[in-house]
Amino acid sequence: MDAVIPEQSAVPWRVAVAVSWAGVRRRWLRSLVTMLGIVFAIALLAYMLVVDDLTRALVRARDPRLDVLLQKAGVDVLAGGGPDRMMILLVGLALFTCLVGIANAMLMSVTERIREIGTLKCLGALDGFIVRTYLIESALQGLAGALSGTLLGVGVALAVTLASYGGYVFRFGSLPPVLGSVGIAFVSGTVIAVLAAIGPAWWAARRQPVDAMRVEE
Amino acid sequence: MSAEAIIRIRDVWKTYRLAAEEVHALRGVTLDVTRGEYLSIMGPSGSGKSTLFNMIGGIDRPTSGEVRIEGYRLDDLTPGQLAWVRCHKIGFVFQTFNLIPAMTALENVAIARVFAGASPEQARRDATATLERVGLGHRLHHLPDQVSGGQQQRIAIARALVNRPSVILADEPTGNLDLRTGEEIIRLLGELRTSEGITVVAATHDMKMLSASDVVVWIKDGAIDRQARRGEIRIEIGSIDGHAVA
Repeated sequence: MDAVIPEQSAVPWRVAVAVSWAGVRRRWLRSLVTMLGIVFAIALLAYMLVVDDLTRALVRARDPRLDVLLQKAGVDVLAGGGPDRMMILLVGLALFTCLVGIANAMLMSVTERIREIGTLKCLGALDGFIVRTYLIESALQGLAGALSGTLLGVGVALAVTLASYGGYVFRFGSLPPVLGSVGIAFVSGTVIAVLAAIGPAWWAARRQPVDAMRVEE
Repeated sequence: MSAEAIIRIRDVWKTYRLAAEEVHALRGVTLDVTRGEYLSIMGPSGSGKSTLFNMIGGIDRPTSGEVRIEGYRLDDLTPGQLAWVRCHKIGFVFQTFNLIPAMTALENVAIARVFAGASPEQARRDATATLERVGLGHRLHHLPDQVSGGQQQRIAIARALVNRPSVILADEPTGNLDLRTGEEIIRLLGELRTSEGITVVAATHDMKMLSASDVVVWIKDGAIDRQARRGEIRIEIGSIDGHAVA
């Protein structure tokens, strides 16, 4: 009678995190380039949101001298402020380009590592482990890129509004909406990085153990 | 004989369909490998040698026939069960070493142990002991590109050994090594077979491996052309038992 063979069990998440982190560290230059795309897109998003928050707060102040400054800066005071359509379009395009860029970088990274994936499968890795390592790798890049991008975007937004409206920003500006925007920008960067990696990670997990035998690099 | 056979292959066929024609990579191969034996599979490219090797490793499925390792039938398993067999019963050694470049020697070996269910801490302890066993206790924290080819293959052997498999499957293990390092690797595999009681199956072109083998199987056109025990093999310059050496 045949012996009953158990199913291979999954490994803890922290192992997948350690493997992903090693991958990011090893390919730090590539990771940095991928990250720069996120930094740019998220900086633009954070900039747009924070400038909008501050402008709305300044418009709500209904200070005549401030209104003059706002109108000089091209803000529609009667409409209550808000980003223009071109800006929204630009940010949308930047985020989309960022998503495609990360997907492309991840796909290249996965293609380069087919033999490595095959080897891990020979050692007993399950599809879920492979998917997790690539999603985590992308999420790590997303976290770092989103954090840097958010800081950059908020910094530039503050500098630009301070240059236009001076001390009014601190007098009438409100912190909670700005913090909300910071959160939105940070989460968006990370989510985009993970979404972009879903396809490549799934493709990676479909590789077979026999791919470990490939001789060509 | 069959009670001792750790690998049993019965009438295994592998057929690929290419456009309108059928290509038989294996044509009814039957083979027994005894526990603790050192078996070399010889054959030119396209002979079916790699296909047979992959069947034993549970990384390819036969079109028909039966492959068993330690009584576990491999040809009818779910992907999860096959992963379990590869992890617990088989240790793979590759021609190109196949270490994960981003991981240290210790991490490369430990991850195989983690896949087998060990905690990361236990895995590191076992990996350290196994690397010491293959003479690399002083290279634990080196990355693969910081050690020589021979040392990389030793790390790969430690990785193959760490889960105490029944069989080590070595695909041209000396193919990327110089003469002396290749001999060291062959000696190490031979020692492990003796000390750990592990069965070694190697696909090879390397004549040095033949002299270390208990049994040599020649594959030709998808079938076993000849099977001989070491004492029966006549090695001459340019040929082995009448077969030309490429």
